[in-house]
Amino acid sequence: MKHTLAVLVENRPGVLTRIAGLFSRRGFNIDSLAVGRTENPSVSRMTIVVEGDDRIIEQVCKQLHKLIDVIKLNDITEEEYVDRELILIKVHAEPNNRTEIMQIVDIFRARIVDIGRNTLIIEATGDQGKINAIESALRPFGIREVVRTGKIAMVRGAKHKTETNGKTIV
Amino acid sequence: MGITGAEMLVRCLEELGVDLVFGYPGGNILPVYDALIGSNIRHVLVRQEQGAVHAASGYARVTGKAGVCLATSGPGATNLVTGIATAYMDSIPLVVFTGQVPTIMVGTDAFQEVDITGITIPITKHNYLVKDVDELPRVIKEAFHIATTGRTGPVVVDLPKDVSSAVCKAKPPQEVELRGYKPNYQGHPTQIRNLARLIQEARRPVIYAGGGVIRSGASDLLRTLAERVKAPVTTTLMGIGGFPEDHPLSLGMLGMHGTPYANLAVQECDVLIGLGVRFDDRVTAAVEHFAPRAKVVHVDIDPAEIGKNVLVDLPIVGDLRLVLTDLLELVEEKDHQEWLDTVYAWRRERPLAYGSPDVLRPQYVLAKLGELTRHRAIITTDVGQHQMWTAQHYGFVRPGSFLTSGGLGTMGYGFPAALGAQLGAPDTLVIAVTGDGSFQMHMAEMATAVQEGLPVKILLFNNNSLGMVRQLQHFFCNRRYTAVDMVNPDFMKLAECYGAAGLRIQQPAEVEPVLTEAINNGRLTIIECIISDTELVYPVVPGTKGLHEMIEYTEEN
Repeated sequence: MKHTLAVLVENRPGVLTRIAGLFSRRGFNIDSLAVGRTENPSVSRMTIVVEGDDRIIEQVCKQLHKLIDVIKLNDITEEEYVDRELILIKVHAEPNNRTEIMQIVDIFRARIVDIGRNTLIIEATGDQGKINAIESALRPFGIREVVRTGKIAMVRGAKHKTETNGKTIV
Repeated sequence: MGITGAEMLVRCLEELGVDLVFGYPGGNILPVYDALIGSNIRHVLVRQEQGAVHAASGYARVTGKAGVCLATSGPGATNLVTGIATAYMDSIPLVVFTGQVPTIMVGTDAFQEVDITGITIPITKHNYLVKDVDELPRVIKEAFHIATTGRTGPVVVDLPKDVSSAVCKAKPPQEVELRGYKPNYQGHPTQIRNLARLIQEARRPVIYAGGGVIRSGASDLLRTLAERVKAPVTTTLMGIGGFPEDHPLSLGMLGMHGTPYANLAVQECDVLIGLGVRFDDRVTAAVEHFAPRAKVVHVDIDPAEIGKNVLVDLPIVGDLRLVLTDLLELVEEKDHQEWLDTVYAWRRERPLAYGSPDVLRPQYVLAKLGELTRHRAIITTDVGQHQMWTAQHYGFVRPGSFLTSGGLGTMGYGFPAALGAQLGAPDTLVIAVTGDGSFQMHMAEMATAVQEGLPVKILLFNNNSLGMVRQLQHFFCNRRYTAVDMVNPDFMKLAECYGAAGLRIQQPAEVEPVLTEAINNGRLTIIECIISDTELVYPVVPGTKGLHEMIEYTEEN
């Protein structure tokens, strides 16, 4: 099963290497990893999607915790959260099927951000279900290129602010 | 005019109580060596950087303080790697300082540049590349804090040459503030109550004690617990010395080359109390067959160890000394004579057996060494057959008296570690037990021992062979021996050319007089024991089998 981990880390050089290295060394599979700075410039937040059974996820969390640069970690899979991913899709578009593509773009509330001679670049945001859906809706026209950011996620409601004293798991 | 980064480093080390460092100089660490002149810190010049880390490890294990080493950039730093990994696997506190090319050249593949922080990420508890000299005092303080607290381990601090030579205006901080590092020391009270209840209900308990007992200084508490609830105690290789082996409840070491009675007790017990252990594959053998009848308890300071290899029924995260203190408030006297009778019968009927005493047997030499040193010397080992024989036959009674590379299994560990141990315990007899293969990995450190005046004894079992590899080929490759025969130097002449004493044992009758002479000569000494390459370590548990399915010594094999 896929788990979504919200990880607060020190915003320092080398932190990504430590985390990526940990995953590869221990044979854990990263589905996606998105990272950026938080409202506190000394703290970055990673959203890591990782695949594995409960025992593997427990090890992933504990091993991440051991890293000195990991400040706080939550497995938010079972919680109410908002998640988003951004995708850019370059799709093959002849003049005669552009209208149809634009309708799909409309339905998904996506946007066309560039027009080439026979291509369009489409930008869409949404949860992973929606992103997968728009990708497959456009596939028949011929997808030339896809870039996805990976998922970012935030728990609903008041808790899980970027407070940084103490770790939570075990 | 302030002081340089290097001078700040030396000042911080002095304030932290460091009086001894091991190292090897070179271009990019020059400022640090320059700053050491006139300080109170003694520097021990090794012959290869790996020796410095092993020596620092030996020193740390004996003193309980962090071991400190210095090396230059590039090859100096990479030579440390095996030593750092060795310390990491055995949770030994070290702080390692490496020189680095000047910050402006970092990333240009400059002369003697290597990304040592990148290389050591997976084998350190934490590491630093210091890019700003004013961060240095904080980094040094953090490095020692991280190395010596929680689950201890090695920390690397990489110092670019321009950083160590720049003027440092910052002062060391009063407190260490690491928001991502808060080790948990106190065990959870409910879990400790549950453990007390489980112990009361147990009918066939076994305590399985590891290196954590020694690192947390919990040996006395372990003994009190074992005696109060009459639970037999088996130790891991790293736990040897954590429970006195002359104690009636001691079962010695368990695992792949463990005693038959320890292994059987683990397989038959109903509650297995793991204290400061990590359920390593050399302990469990085939993990699916491990302790099949037992409720498994695991107490460890590192939460990541719990549930990693074995499913645990009762986990407790905390410092063993604190957990056992709390636990002892709750457990009452118990007795299970029937269980102890069973275990003692195994011990009587299936002892650690070996071949006839009419030829020189390493097991006999080690048992004799134990007797002659009243089991109170500090023994280091390398890795191989001699290591297992030492673990089985010396009879350790004191925590911190057996230093070996348990996790990584690093040949070449023993002799440099013995030098560090001797420096940490100048009045104690220190003996490096080794083999002809292992010893040659770091025998160049003989010169270090001479230079520093260290009267370490080297008990060298010479079978002109890589005995443990040969043994593996014997059992698991249909006796197809390859790449194990060694043409060796004359170790007596080697001793002589280094100005050390050289003694040789070829017959059983020579064991006692020669060992006695060596123990009392006050000099660096090689004692070479000529043994047969057909000598094997028994018992053997194949990795695919359960602990009870061991191959034991018989007169036929």
